[in-house]
Amino acid sequence: MTDASLQAYAAEPREAGFGDYVALLKPRVMSLVVFTALVGLVVAPASLHPVEAFAAILFIAVGAGASGALNMWWDADIDAVMRRTAKRPVPSGKVAPGEALGIGLALSGLSVVMLGLATNLLAAGLLAFTIFYSAVIYSMWLKRATPQNIVIGGAAGAFPPVIGWACATGSVGTEAWLMFALIFIWTPPHFWALALFMKEDYHKAGVPMLTVTHGRKATRAHILAYTLLLVPVSAAAALSSIGGPVTIAAAILLNGWFLTGAWRIRRRDEAMAEADGYRVEKRVFRASLFYIFLHFAAFATDAVLRGWLA
Amino acid sequence: MTLRPTHELHARRFGRNLGLGLVLGGFVVVVFALSIVKITRGEPMQAFDHVARPELATAAGAAAP
Repeated sequence: MTDASLQAYAAEPREAGFGDYVALLKPRVMSLVVFTALVGLVVAPASLHPVEAFAAILFIAVGAGASGALNMWWDADIDAVMRRTAKRPVPSGKVAPGEALGIGLALSGLSVVMLGLATNLLAAGLLAFTIFYSAVIYSMWLKRATPQNIVIGGAAGAFPPVIGWACATGSVGTEAWLMFALIFIWTPPHFWALALFMKEDYHKAGVPMLTVTHGRKATRAHILAYTLLLVPVSAAAALSSIGGPVTIAAAILLNGWFLTGAWRIRRRDEAMAEADGYRVEKRVFRASLFYIFLHFAAFATDAVLRGWLA
Repeated sequence: MTLRPTHELHARRFGRNLGLGLVLGGFVVVVFALSIVKITRGEPMQAFDHVARPELATAAGAAAP
């Protein structure tokens, strides 16, 4: 490499480092996937060898990362417009779109095959369907087509505990679908709270979020409606065989907390939100993250307690 | 401008190669550990491989009506 080529290199977009490829897999989304899949596996009425359980969670996480890479490849144009996503590896030019697509497809295949070998075909099939749902049905089709994008797309994020359950049992029970329903109903108010304070982003990108198509007042009402819907789902899960005293207590406290926040969002208008820099909306968004983590932590705690008492 | 062996470009490429190496090494360890677990549990370890295996043929024959 000559001096001239080094100078030319300095003028080009920075070559990707290892961290950029990790960022391509959306590690923060992966952390929620890993956690909920692990809980699905722990609360299931069957157990895996620790090595198989580790491999199962690892390959579910890799599958989630593959979905993230495919999503970044497809959505690079709108990610570049939105402030929240403009620094992602593809829109910032650190990783080429073709590379993101290749990594996404390769990791999808690898994760599905390895999960099938490590556990069973049902779990592998569910993982394959989840990746397809996230990349094709949500990213390519619904995200830019309907304001219900988040509602229907939420199913992709709701599958990990079902896959975890399937890894352990080789089947899918009612309790697994209750965990699915909990994440499915939780996703819309979580993202709509974000959309309220990321006000310009979705509008600029032309993504038909509810805030753009139906306005902010309707979005505030929808947040409250979905948070109310969450209560019976959470109660049903807490009273099922995966629940217990810890989950029941957590469900009461967490639903009360989330409902209070949603009610406060509903009572506010844009002038009030602008005046305090969307303080309540940001707080409810953070609370919603705690809600799902703590609810699943409660399922796991009850499962551990049942194991000790048995 | 002289080319130093530890130019920022080299450091980043080293980091990328090291990261990929560790990931591949980790993958080998996971596959090896899974194999050991499944083999020690005595799961089926043989299938058709162009050699006559009467025990497999018997199992298939028993399953067929």
